[in-house]
Amino acid sequence: MDWMTLSPEEWTAVRLSLRVALVATLASLPLGIAIAMALARGRFPGKSALNGFVLLPLILPPVVTGYILLILFGRRGPIGAFLADNLGIVLSFRWTGAALACGVMGFPLMVRAIRLSVEAVDARLEEAAGTLGANRAWVFLTVTLPLIAPGIVAGMILCFAKAMGEFGATITFVSNIPGETQTLPSAIYTFTQVPGGDAGAFRLTLVSIAIAMLALLASELMARYANRRLDIE
Amino acid sequence: MTLAVHIRHRLGTFLLDARFETGSGLTALFGRSGSGKTTVVNTIAGLIRPSQGRVAIDGTVLIDTQSGIHVPRHHRRIGYVFQEGRLFPHLTVRQNLLYGRWFAPRVALGTPGPRPSDDLERVVDLLGIGALLERRPGRLSGGEKQRVAIGRALLADPRLLLMDEPLASLDEARKAEILPYIERLRDHSKVPIVYVSHSVAEVARLATTVVLLSEGKVAAVGSTSEVMQRLDLFPLTGRAEAGAIVEATVDRHDDAYGLTELVSRAGRWRLHRVDAPAGTRLRLRVRARDVMLARSAPTDLSALNVLPGVVADIGPHDGSIVEVRIDCSGEALIARLTRYSVERLDLRPGTPVFALIKSVALDRRSLGGGFPLAAEAGDA
Repeated sequence: MDWMTLSPEEWTAVRLSLRVALVATLASLPLGIAIAMALARGRFPGKSALNGFVLLPLILPPVVTGYILLILFGRRGPIGAFLADNLGIVLSFRWTGAALACGVMGFPLMVRAIRLSVEAVDARLEEAAGTLGANRAWVFLTVTLPLIAPGIVAGMILCFAKAMGEFGATITFVSNIPGETQTLPSAIYTFTQVPGGDAGAFRLTLVSIAIAMLALLASELMARYANRRLDIE
Repeated sequence: MTLAVHIRHRLGTFLLDARFETGSGLTALFGRSGSGKTTVVNTIAGLIRPSQGRVAIDGTVLIDTQSGIHVPRHHRRIGYVFQEGRLFPHLTVRQNLLYGRWFAPRVALGTPGPRPSDDLERVVDLLGIGALLERRPGRLSGGEKQRVAIGRALLADPRLLLMDEPLASLDEARKAEILPYIERLRDHSKVPIVYVSHSVAEVARLATTVVLLSEGKVAAVGSTSEVMQRLDLFPLTGRAEAGAIVEATVDRHDDAYGLTELVSRAGRWRLHRVDAPAGTRLRLRVRARDVMLARSAPTDLSALNVLPGVVADIGPHDGSIVEVRIDCSGEALIARLTRYSVERLDLRPGTPVFALIKSVALDRRSLGGGFPLAAEAGDA
């Protein structure tokens, strides 16, 4: 059974991956909800441009997305330099950069899921809430948000899954530094590049499958819970 | 309470230009579909911003396009019962009912007066929804949903209640189930109601005041019996169901034959047994097509209701059909006759006649309970 035991380095990669995926998902959630609301409900110039921009990482080769991030958020990039000089935030070759890359890659999936659920909300319910005395913020919090909760959960799971598996953009933007930016896929990739790495790659593959199954199970349970609560007719 | 409405609003080629004032009780906004009724209530509720207009309740101005006033809907305190209920599917019935409560205290800060803590109990009692409180709206029947929707609007402590065809999506049995609750609401709560409908039966049964809309304009405003007996409005109110409204009091029950005797100014009525104690006031809708006229008192007749009167007015004819209004000691009845009969009987204003109505024509749907008299409604 010894071959089943994860080495400390492998544990590090697993923990890092979970942290990166979690941070990527949670940090992009507020913006994801805002943009999904704007795309579903808003009428403003440049809406299709925004939509295209959000979906872009889904279509571009991940390496290209990673490279763009490197240009923009690298130490000498316009945004990266600004963040480093003014706020002391450095993203390149840090785990936070990995989270950014994963967040950007998962963002289109999250926005799409939430947008669909916003479009399914009956706006007449929100009108009714307004006539009962709720202002726009309260209508959003007490009617819209609970009704799109299943979509938010689905979007978060999709984003999390995408972040767990993200490889191309991450390795291009923040490289593959053990303990800092080496996530599960990067670690598996590294194992396949060295002689005798099969066992390690296999162990991490099993871990990946386990995490994926758990995430799916969780989304299934939450979807069932949400549907029961809504008591779909 | 005085609700003053003046709205000019263009929707494509349709121009709504409605102006009316109304008071307490239940005001029916009555007219065919497409006459602009829903646009009027949506404007009052703040769901539509009219191109021009002014809406005020008592002294409070809700909309005045000239001075740029448009109170947002959540500050208006106007309850709205929608045609499709619009209950929140993620909340229980109790949470739905109490939804407006979260906001009412702050909104109602400026209005003094006690806010009884037994409001929920009272409204639940009034609407008979006690058994539903912990359920979710998804599983309620159409009638139950509408009752909950009415309760939800009431508990937000509105100064005016709007109802947009709340019975339109229900079958006859469900309508019959809800109508008494709306009557109780009209008679026992102080909240004035504006009720949108295209059904003569509902309006005749429920309304204190009628605002008749036609193609975006107000064709008539008045008390229900007044508007209902105007022959010139029959093409607008819908000829098939049109008729007069008689206010009557239960006198006694004839158990042997299962009949109830009513008394009105026009005389004595006999109809199917009504489950109401003697002294109860009822509103009776007598459809014009169910009324026959005779020049002399008929004998050997099956119809039990024979009421003497005088021809008051003869309406315009559309070829073969004519409506005739009869004054029966101050109570108006309308008869729908052929032009041939009118000429054969030589009917003209002043002719004494007898109006004959079969008891079986006065069915359950023609009866409304516990209406307030027009005078009482005015100062309630």
